[in-house]
Amino acid sequence: MNNFSILWLQSGGCGGCSMSLLNAESPDLYSTLRHNHIELLWHPSLSEASDNEFHQLLQAIETGERRLDALCLEGSVLMGPNGSGRFHLLSGSNRPMFDVIQSLAQHARYTLAIGSCAAFGGITMTEPNPAEACGLQYDGQTIGGLLGKAWLSSAGLPVINVAGCPTHPNWVLETLIELAQGELDLSQLDSLKRPRSYTNHLVHHGCPRNEFYEYKASASLPSQQGCLMEHLGCLGTQARADCNTRLWNGEGSCLRGGYACINCTAPEFEEPGHCFTETPKIAGIPVGLPIDMPKAWFVALASLAKAATPKRLKVNAAADHIRVSPGMTDEDDRHE
Amino acid sequence: MNDDAGKRLYGPFNRVEGDLEVRIEAAAGRITHAWVNAPLFRGFEQILHGRDPRDALVYTPRICGICSVSQSVAAARALADVQQLTPAPNGELATNLILAAENMADHLTHFYLFFMPDFARDCYADQPWFNKIVARFKAQQGSAARDVLPARAAFLHLTGLLAGKWPHSLALQPGGTTRPVERQEKTRLLTTIHAFRHFLQDVLFGCELEQISELHNADALASYRQQYPDSDFSLFLQAAERLALNGLGCASNRFMSYGAYAFSDQPLFAAGVWHDGLDVLDSGCITEDISHSWMAAQPGPRHPFHGSTIADDDPSSGYSWCKAPRLDGQVVEVGALARQLVDGHALISELAASSAGNVQNRVIARLLELARVVPAMERWTRQLEIGQAYCEQGRLPDEADGFGLVEAARGSLGHWLRIKKGRILNYQIIAPTTWNFSPRDGADQPGALELALQGTEFNDDALSAARMQHIIRSFDPCMVCTVH
Repeated sequence: MNNFSILWLQSGGCGGCSMSLLNAESPDLYSTLRHNHIELLWHPSLSEASDNEFHQLLQAIETGERRLDALCLEGSVLMGPNGSGRFHLLSGSNRPMFDVIQSLAQHARYTLAIGSCAAFGGITMTEPNPAEACGLQYDGQTIGGLLGKAWLSSAGLPVINVAGCPTHPNWVLETLIELAQGELDLSQLDSLKRPRSYTNHLVHHGCPRNEFYEYKASASLPSQQGCLMEHLGCLGTQARADCNTRLWNGEGSCLRGGYACINCTAPEFEEPGHCFTETPKIAGIPVGLPIDMPKAWFVALASLAKAATPKRLKVNAAADHIRVSPGMTDEDDRHE
Repeated sequence: MNDDAGKRLYGPFNRVEGDLEVRIEAAAGRITHAWVNAPLFRGFEQILHGRDPRDALVYTPRICGICSVSQSVAAARALADVQQLTPAPNGELATNLILAAENMADHLTHFYLFFMPDFARDCYADQPWFNKIVARFKAQQGSAARDVLPARAAFLHLTGLLAGKWPHSLALQPGGTTRPVERQEKTRLLTTIHAFRHFLQDVLFGCELEQISELHNADALASYRQQYPDSDFSLFLQAAERLALNGLGCASNRFMSYGAYAFSDQPLFAAGVWHDGLDVLDSGCITEDISHSWMAAQPGPRHPFHGSTIADDDPSSGYSWCKAPRLDGQVVEVGALARQLVDGHALISELAASSAGNVQNRVIARLLELARVVPAMERWTRQLEIGQAYCEQGRLPDEADGFGLVEAARGSLGHWLRIKKGRILNYQIIAPTTWNFSPRDGADQPGALELALQGTEFNDDALSAARMQHIIRSFDPCMVCTVH
């Protein structure tokens, strides 16, 4: 059986998706790749080959001498200044990186955007978008990007957008394994071409602050334990990802870390139109409501829930550690 | 790629975090000149202009996936500075822990995955240590990665608990951190750190961390190597001796550290400048020069409060997107070696006195930090006070200037913030590798790496290429921070 070969390139991004990939566990990154017959032809952080050794590999792929199963791009595509691509020329050449990416995408059976930068433009595309950044097949929410709306890889799929800032190591690895095993088709991708394996969920699912959410017992300052949606900008009820059921670095997630979900798997998350950690409201009601929830019902249920909030939740929501334990008033706790 | 006579263009250099290109000129078997280019520009300073200052906590960590927490800490400190806000003691300890987790994971990643694989290149096949190093460190194949990747990932659970995730956390705030720790979680943090300590002791050093941190001179280091010949550290020392890495890659011999891991105004590692002796550091004497950068709109060197970062469309205006930071007009080297020298560690002071800044000493200082910082992490965890605050609240002024300094794994990182009408008027960032890999300045002084490459033996062969790569990677460069 032939190994499933990957070439990993970085352009207008931070390298954080690669660093996150190294966090893979049970088993580690190299074991996971090896067990699944996935071969990294080259990765900017992990390979021995530099300089000419790398340029020779590129040439071998571009002449068709070397088979490439998957091209992974991390970081957005930089077109600037003025469409020249000079904001990122491939080192050791005078060739714009966008040209390298475009050419390799024609040779790879699949092309993957690793992270929201490569998928949609991401953080690098934030206004005024100084580097003229775009995604592989999207400019923010608009389909297009470097490769264009109609582009399909030689295996017949559009760019697979493993979005996130950064990506969870398992989002990347599970997608690659499914591709290597021929188990990923268009039906497995959502409307933004993200793998449904993680976007069929909401960040809200499994949030340990869920009881506070139910009763609208909210935190208003960082480090408090209450729900982060009402005041602190949390988009967990709208964001599509499985961060609170899969968990990060063993036991974390943004909400578990005490700060807002900023919906980093979505295009244009980088431009919320307000301070990231402050919830915009109209007449006291958050502008962004939970996905699939009719506004009138949300308002009615929220006011009912607020009226019914147990004292324990009201007190604990505004505290930075548990003051009242379940089944006890704070009075009891003091005498415990 | 060879271009005009006598010049040679190298790139990409992988295992440097980001993209790097180096052009050299050689004559009579030596590199005579080097020009270092950071080929990627994104424009974070322009992105930050006009935004809510608090949003710097979302954007700046995303400058870099490997120094993400350092960027967060610098931003949080700049925001604390403009509010005159002192973080809660627990928040300060938690910040130290999160930052140390990133930095120690970086030191480990650098040694095992970025730096050592170059000694497994075929050009060293005749070295007595070659087979051992290939078996242990060959890129993607050596046995070390199988030990290191799980240990690193398990150690970073500390960031899962204290910061939600790594990289790119919003847990680091001007007044402390967002994640209070419960009693049982304190125990779990200690368990995680202890596991990492034992990994380092069993695999990297072969002995207790304290035996490493107490090494006080070169003789002590030599007897360590004799006593523990099979440790990975000893394997490096063996290669370093054979290849005379202590004679390779000397830069300006002027070192700077902002000081690291403060708690209650006491840093674990002192701040200062070292050049044949210690001097105090005045960050007011920092300037950035754009004379050889593809940058416009800044006449002459400027302090970062008054600096700008506007790309120049004209390719002939310079040779790198990187600016040239200088301290009092001088080229300084930053990183673990600078930190340990400025802090006066006995072994590093003696090594620097005898052989200055070089490839060997940079690596030793980095590994020494693992031995010095992990025990400090155990202390900080024990000092966390259950039930006490983690985050103080402040109020952002409509108009103020402030800055935040921090030591990332690879050296000194600073953020300079000016606020006007409640929005960011100017935000300038000088990263560690901006210092180390800067281009020439207005006085035509080469940057630290350019100096380190000059004079290196060069015969346009595989050995010469490997030597250059040892020098380059000994700085543990981070190119995505360098130009942002």
